[in-house]
Amino acid sequence: MDVVLFLVFAIIAVVAAINVVVQTHPISSAVSLIGVMGSLAVLYLLLGAEFIAAAQVIVYAGAVMVLFIFVIMLLNAGAEIKRGRSIMVQLLGVPLLIAFLGLVAYFVERLFPKGVSVHFGEFTGPGDHALHGFGSAQAVGRALFTTYLLPFEVTSLLILIAILGAIVLARKELD
Amino acid sequence: MDLFIIITLIKLVIIAFVLLTAVAYLQWVERKVIAHIQVRPGPYRVGPHGLLQPLADVIKLITKEDLLPPYVNKPLYLFAPFIAVAMALLSIAVIPFGPIVRVDGYETYMQLTDLNIGVLFILAVSSMGVYGVALAGWASNNKYALLGGLRSSAQMISYELPLALAVASPLLVSNTLSLRDLEFAQKGGIWHWNILHGGQIIAFLIFLIAAFAETNRVPFDLPEAENELVAGFHVEYSSMKFASFFMAEYLNMVTVSAMATLLFLGGWDAPWPAEYGSNLGALLLNAAVPTVIFVIAGLTALYHGAHPAHKLDRYTLTAFGVIFLVLAAVFLVPIVQGWLLPLFWFCAKTGMILFAFIWIRGTLPRFRYDQLMGFAWKFLFPVAMLNLLVTSLVVAWVS
Amino acid sequence: MTEVPISWFLTLSAVLFALGVAGFLFRRSIITVFMSIELMLNAVNLSFVTFSYQLRQVNGHLFTFFVMVVAAAEAAVGLAIILTVFKNRSTLNIDDVDTMKD
Repeated sequence: MDVVLFLVFAIIAVVAAINVVVQTHPISSAVSLIGVMGSLAVLYLLLGAEFIAAAQVIVYAGAVMVLFIFVIMLLNAGAEIKRGRSIMVQLLGVPLLIAFLGLVAYFVERLFPKGVSVHFGEFTGPGDHALHGFGSAQAVGRALFTTYLLPFEVTSLLILIAILGAIVLARKELD
Repeated sequence: MDLFIIITLIKLVIIAFVLLTAVAYLQWVERKVIAHIQVRPGPYRVGPHGLLQPLADVIKLITKEDLLPPYVNKPLYLFAPFIAVAMALLSIAVIPFGPIVRVDGYETYMQLTDLNIGVLFILAVSSMGVYGVALAGWASNNKYALLGGLRSSAQMISYELPLALAVASPLLVSNTLSLRDLEFAQKGGIWHWNILHGGQIIAFLIFLIAAFAETNRVPFDLPEAENELVAGFHVEYSSMKFASFFMAEYLNMVTVSAMATLLFLGGWDAPWPAEYGSNLGALLLNAAVPTVIFVIAGLTALYHGAHPAHKLDRYTLTAFGVIFLVLAAVFLVPIVQGWLLPLFWFCAKTGMILFAFIWIRGTLPRFRYDQLMGFAWKFLFPVAMLNLLVTSLVVAWVS
Repeated sequence: MTEVPISWFLTLSAVLFALGVAGFLFRRSIITVFMSIELMLNAVNLSFVTFSYQLRQVNGHLFTFFVMVVAAAEAAVGLAIILTVFKNRSTLNIDDVDTMKD
């Protein structure tokens, strides 16, 4: 059952990612990217990371991608016009990519012991709603506000700077 | 394992069926209430007092010509209403309607599934619901639809912020993200509900206002206003796809009302601490409110059936009177009280908030778009932040 | 095979990352390039969560959280820059924004 779930969502993620790269119109790429993020959220759930899965859908798929879609719609970005590419690139591109990925997969398989496997639902705890389960909001919150308090405060400053930057760059000039 | 799947499938069928019927009749209630606010009768002819009007609407929408205009972006055009309805239905999966039901040795909660991150799941699903609107506006290849879609999705994401902050405040008080535990933390009568015991009255109001904007209801429905923007993002949709957007809007209304009930009003808890024992005193006390309401409704229906305004009312109103009196008697049976009374309280509270939605639609004018966005960012968001700050200070001080 | 070995997750992460790099290098529209960057960031997030599962520590989740926050901030500023480039050059093709080349 775990294998079926993983394979289904991994295949959806890879097909959608290929779609992002291959489609000519940016809006099709954006919708495929939302598909990638959704299937990654399910894979996070398989790995017991429930808070991160919810954050992925709320922040990434639900806010960042909406921003992308707004910009594409407002700029009326059209389909990309194909420019000529050299024959060498077209012939060698995909096979080299597949060779690179095969090499990476081989090294990853060698480095990781066979015994470690992923079981769905391992961390939710026996029926007591996992008060302090592994990937739950309580565990992440506790780590966030004790060990990682300084990065948390610094990211709030970072977001403030990003807001200021975006407003200054995108406002209308008053003539 | 098998039993769990069978029970879940039964619950799924019951909830889906009841919910879709409720959405159809919610539309009837809305039309009747708005009509009476505007001193006119409302749907009256199709069936007794217009009760078969939703059926007539469904038949009309199904048999209308289902256009696929040639200039639209076909995949996105077909995908958008599907996303809207799917996300609207998905959020009902985690809402608890009542406590444990014990039938014949099997026991199960009146909830499809209880997630540890139930509240975050509902926020995530409503964030994804924005895509239904935005992609519908883009795919229609029509400038009014595009403008309506962009405005509507910008409004929805702007009001998601005060909504999330207003949701975070009672979560601080109740200390859990799971919806079932949220309800358990508010047990014990009206003084333990989050709105009074947790002091979340401001958060409740902010949640309601943000919920109006999230579901694109008046006074925030400029993006889909019929007279301003030629019906906004669903102008190019016809028949079942248009019905999907409509259904998604009503389902979203039901979801946010259920969320408001669970977060602030104590879910399926009765306003006084209720033990469902089998002695006569507890029996009568617990069932007092629903029985009295249904008896009054039944007697009124019977009286109007005896002096009918129209000839057909003699039969239909009498039938309704008898049905209401039978329902009032059902509430007194001790076996069903354990789950029927909490279900009644949940539906009553959710129904009150839905009535508030409909009442405000009949009363208030709409906001202009810049007023709407200014209200979200300049007023509602700072107030929600302040509320969260004060709540967290009080919680830290008390514990 | 009834179990999912953990190396499958890492291979998936590598595949997504490589696809992101391919999109970044080969596409000409500035928005698609930006979306390939987001794809790369997502692949790295999957890696972090996988290692966090293997080592049974929640620190990996925290890293993912911070990557998401930084990616959101970067998306906001990057899209504002894209809007400005479009306003000045009226094109979204990165081959045409080359007035600083000799």
